[in-house]
Amino acid sequence: MKTVTLTDQFKALNPMKQVPAVTIDGITLSQSLAIIQYIDETRPGPRLLPADPKRRAQVRMISDLIASGIQPLQNLYVIQKIEAEKVQWAQHFINRGFEALEPILKQTAGKYCVGDEISMADICLVPQVYNAQRFKVDINQFPTIKQLNQALMELEAFKVSHPSCQPDTPDDLRT
Amino acid sequence: MRTSLACLMKPVLHGYFRSSCSWRVRIAFALKNIEYDQIPVNLVKDGGQQLTDQFKALNPMKQVPAVTIDGITLSQSLAIIQYIDETRPGPRLLPADPKRRAQVRMISDLIASGIQPLQNLYVIQKIEAEKVQWAQHFINRGFEALEPILKQTAGKYCVGDEISMADICLVPQVYNAQRFKVDINQFPTIKQLNQALMELEAFKVSHPSCQPDTPDDLRT
Repeated sequence: MKTVTLTDQFKALNPMKQVPAVTIDGITLSQSLAIIQYIDETRPGPRLLPADPKRRAQVRMISDLIASGIQPLQNLYVIQKIEAEKVQWAQHFINRGFEALEPILKQTAGKYCVGDEISMADICLVPQVYNAQRFKVDINQFPTIKQLNQALMELEAFKVSHPSCQPDTPDDLRT
Repeated sequence: MRTSLACLMKPVLHGYFRSSCSWRVRIAFALKNIEYDQIPVNLVKDGGQQLTDQFKALNPMKQVPAVTIDGITLSQSLAIIQYIDETRPGPRLLPADPKRRAQVRMISDLIASGIQPLQNLYVIQKIEAEKVQWAQHFINRGFEALEPILKQTAGKYCVGDEISMADICLVPQVYNAQRFKVDINQFPTIKQLNQALMELEAFKVSHPSCQPDTPDDLRT
């Protein structure tokens, strides 16, 4: 995967040489939250962001806390650049982010991260919990995060998209 | 009644003069002509005022900016900016067209997730060796990607001919680049856009050199 993103071919799709990149409606977009909001704004179906502006802001706040405040500090590229104690570095930033997210979610959550409708915040939370588990972060420290993650993992959309069952999932990691 | 009273109060920005993320919010307020109060949070004094229990109650992530507005407190500059855009009149901060809007968010996120978090004060303090090289690396990497993207999307400004959240993110990141001695002559589109934007009042009044908490030796 690392080799492919460094090719000139992929760089033409995304000069940042990162996944995801999506080609849709004749354009190519990178940055997952830009892609998700474009999909939400141009396709029918359940809203991925609430109608209410304050709730919508809370969804973006939670999404950005994860997408700017946690994930970039523990992604493959950065971890490779850290010379010593890669796991500790990743755990530090995940713990720091989850320690902030837990009290925020206690305020905003209903059935899901913000109120009772699934949103982009839930979309960001589940993959970050998966990353946390890969780095052996104990999510029992974060009961709201843990409970929301469990509820979301019951849903079809979160199951069919799981890393364990994608076209490129290695055989030894398939369930 | 409580909600409308809260709406009558001025928004309050908890920020730091030199925080690029705080500057983004200041630009947005200026573009929309919104009066607001500032409560400075000094990131270096007293070990960092963002680490106090008082500030942590506003933003558990212990980062600036945090904004109290309409009875709620929000963190994350792009969430704040889009809230302001969606609830206040004045020039749009994101385009009406969905594809252009996606490009604005893509550019904003490239900066706000792909560059700034890798060179902010907290991370720089954690890097043991060669802090400047680390910061330069991530700024160069981001700008090397941003330059061809902007060549495609830019008109007068980052995306087309209207000022947007992408421009709001670009200028403070160029300022950071210059602080870390990154040579922005390598990035002619970024350089030219930054120059055009720094002519505008909203980018000038919000500049780090003239905030209430700017130290005297850094004031112009």
